[in-house]
Amino acid sequence: MVIKHLRKWLVSGLLSFSAVTAVQAQTFVFTAIPDEDETKLVERFRGVADYLSEQLDVDVRYIPVKSYAAAVSAFRNNQVQLAWFGGLSGVQARRLVPGSEAIAQGVEDEAFVTYFIANTSTEIEPAGSLADLEDNLRGKTFTFGSKGSTSGRLMPEFHLRDTFGEAPESVFSRVGFSGNHTRTLRLVEAGTYEVGALNFQVWEKELADGNIDTDAVQVIWKTPAYPDYQWTIRGDVNERFGEGFKDKVTKALLELDDPALLESFPRSGFIPASNDDYEPIRKTAENIGILD
Amino acid sequence: MFSYPTVRASFIFLAIALGGLLVADIAITTANPWQDLGRFFLGVATPNFFSTEGLMTALLRTVAFAFVGVTIGSLAGFLLALGYRFLPVRIFCAFIRSIHELFWALIFLQFFGFHPLTGVLAIAIPYSGIFAKVYSEIFEESDPEPGRLLPPGTGSVSAFLYARIPDCWEQIRTYTSYRLECGLRSSAILGFVGLPTLGFYLESSFSQGMYSDAGAMLILFYILIATLPLWVRPKLLPFYILAAPFFLGDGFPIVWGNVERFFTEDIIPAPLRDGEGLAGLSAWFGDVMVTEALPGIWNTIVLTQIALVATGIISLLAFPLISNHFGGPVRRTSGHVLLVIARSTPEYILAYILLQLWGPSMLPAVVALALHNGGIIGHLIGRQTNTIQLRPDSPTGFTRYSWELVPRVYRSFLAFLFYRWEIIMRETAILGILGIYTLGFYVDSAIQNIRFDRAMVLILITALLNIGVDALGRYIRRKLALQTMQTC
Repeated sequence: MVIKHLRKWLVSGLLSFSAVTAVQAQTFVFTAIPDEDETKLVERFRGVADYLSEQLDVDVRYIPVKSYAAAVSAFRNNQVQLAWFGGLSGVQARRLVPGSEAIAQGVEDEAFVTYFIANTSTEIEPAGSLADLEDNLRGKTFTFGSKGSTSGRLMPEFHLRDTFGEAPESVFSRVGFSGNHTRTLRLVEAGTYEVGALNFQVWEKELADGNIDTDAVQVIWKTPAYPDYQWTIRGDVNERFGEGFKDKVTKALLELDDPALLESFPRSGFIPASNDDYEPIRKTAENIGILD
Repeated sequence: MFSYPTVRASFIFLAIALGGLLVADIAITTANPWQDLGRFFLGVATPNFFSTEGLMTALLRTVAFAFVGVTIGSLAGFLLALGYRFLPVRIFCAFIRSIHELFWALIFLQFFGFHPLTGVLAIAIPYSGIFAKVYSEIFEESDPEPGRLLPPGTGSVSAFLYARIPDCWEQIRTYTSYRLECGLRSSAILGFVGLPTLGFYLESSFSQGMYSDAGAMLILFYILIATLPLWVRPKLLPFYILAAPFFLGDGFPIVWGNVERFFTEDIIPAPLRDGEGLAGLSAWFGDVMVTEALPGIWNTIVLTQIALVATGIISLLAFPLISNHFGGPVRRTSGHVLLVIARSTPEYILAYILLQLWGPSMLPAVVALALHNGGIIGHLIGRQTNTIQLRPDSPTGFTRYSWELVPRVYRSFLAFLFYRWEIIMRETAILGILGIYTLGFYVDSAIQNIRFDRAMVLILITALLNIGVDALGRYIRRKLALQTMQTC
């Protein structure tokens, strides 16, 4: 047993050595914003890499990154050619890379929603409008997800400012950035923060998987719908990978129907998208000053 | 008692820290902090060494980045030390070392991306500034006598090599190998921003509550550092240095257009880029100052001052653990182990762990900084007390501690503490990346919003603040006539 593990170690060490010499110039590389636990992301996107590699007939590699901005930078610097972005990171990326295009989004991403959740010890009852919660929310502690997240930061901050006419820092006694949606859920569940805002898909999936203690945390408000995640590709991929490559990638993504893979996103399928679909996100980001 | 300047200075700093506590955000916000802490220790006690296939690779990369970064840093630092008497060189060195490794990494990530050069330069650049300073101090303190005995007309290069270097060699060697240990710590934390070192996996395991995996990584890291003297041998060094570059990983090719773009567009303040002229620039700068820089500076200073005094207290409490004047060999050995763990764990990792366990506030940062730095100073002071000979009839226990030992080591204790002041501040700023509202928080926010112009302004402000504290620390050490010594 131990010997086997030791061998695995040694092999991985040697592989890391040989990898230096074998730089593959024509690998199609993609990344994704780290919006959930890393193990889940790696599992999900390795599946996507295998699928795309089969469909496109080129080497496809997924690289994990540590922040939303790192995903945008890697895309901008042409170290990745395709990315699974959130609404905001996609808008940022496409602004920085002229010619890049949103090519596909999840069925659910046309009308995405943010859930505001609260630890039950706060005794905040679910409400139909955010304004009704004002007395309950004031002075509580609150966490966003990542600073660059659409569902975890942009939209909740927009609605907070829109409803209360103040910055979140003056509504709540403490405002934090948990880093990702899974962590927001865990922090509010544990009571580290009393209230939080997260991606509804993450909530629904964790709920369905039985990973949420519903006695400790509940949804108190749902935002109106907005467009969110999408696959964005650089404009210059055809020059590098051959004529029609962009269309091939788009087609492969739209035809992805492996239930296990889709379930891991979780999306029921992918549908066409365009840059214009994300105009509302751009305007909101400019409105609250995240985008110049 | 108050007639002693050292005592007065101590009480002034204590008062500032107490004042800081009144305005600081100190709280434990998690519902079950001790339960989580218990789970963490359970994880360390039941380490899982075989969780990630990448662990061995990450360890190898951590060592490789440290070796390459420290080697380049020491060579460049040596060259800079030769010109250290020139003011521009001194200013340049002060500037590059005032920017933390993680900030350098965040900058290089924007244009080199995930290329090994990002990690190598992030270590090499600040380290060369530190090496330059310390090497030049070592040269200055060397005995001038051998140089005077050389025959007239001896070339300056020969004089330097034959009369200066031999006298300093031992100190240079000790300090450089000490920096290698620091390099391993720096290299490990670079993983937190995405480089393929240990921090990368540590962050993942921790954030998902996989404490046994995280515990295994921490243990491997301690073993790596504790065994340094065993595997870093002078004869093996050339081999390591030549081999290290091949173990940095492949990363992605550098696109030079990105480098140009970063310097000619990204970091140019937005109003200048958009042609709004000076009026636009001053409005922009005012906005950065009021909404980001000033709150960041305030929190950075408050946290630094509290952490400085907490470090002092921990050091004074910790040094008896390894002092020959107290306890038996068993207690001293466990004391050594405790202090090795405290000082081998980078502040950043300690703060990260405590933040996960206690929730966000300045408290985890204060405790992390105090434990790490207190561990270092406690170790140095403890060793110093071992050279003190007490009278056979000297008192024992607390009286020995407070009347015999503390007064004897107090001056060097203060010297170490003021020496580390700047280091504590540099770390304090960086801890903002973890969500404490110091300057690092605003730098990270600017980068997350792809506003590198703002990020650069804030990094420059952080650098100036560090340079200021460094100068103030030196002024106080001179004023109190405290001798300086080189530490990490």
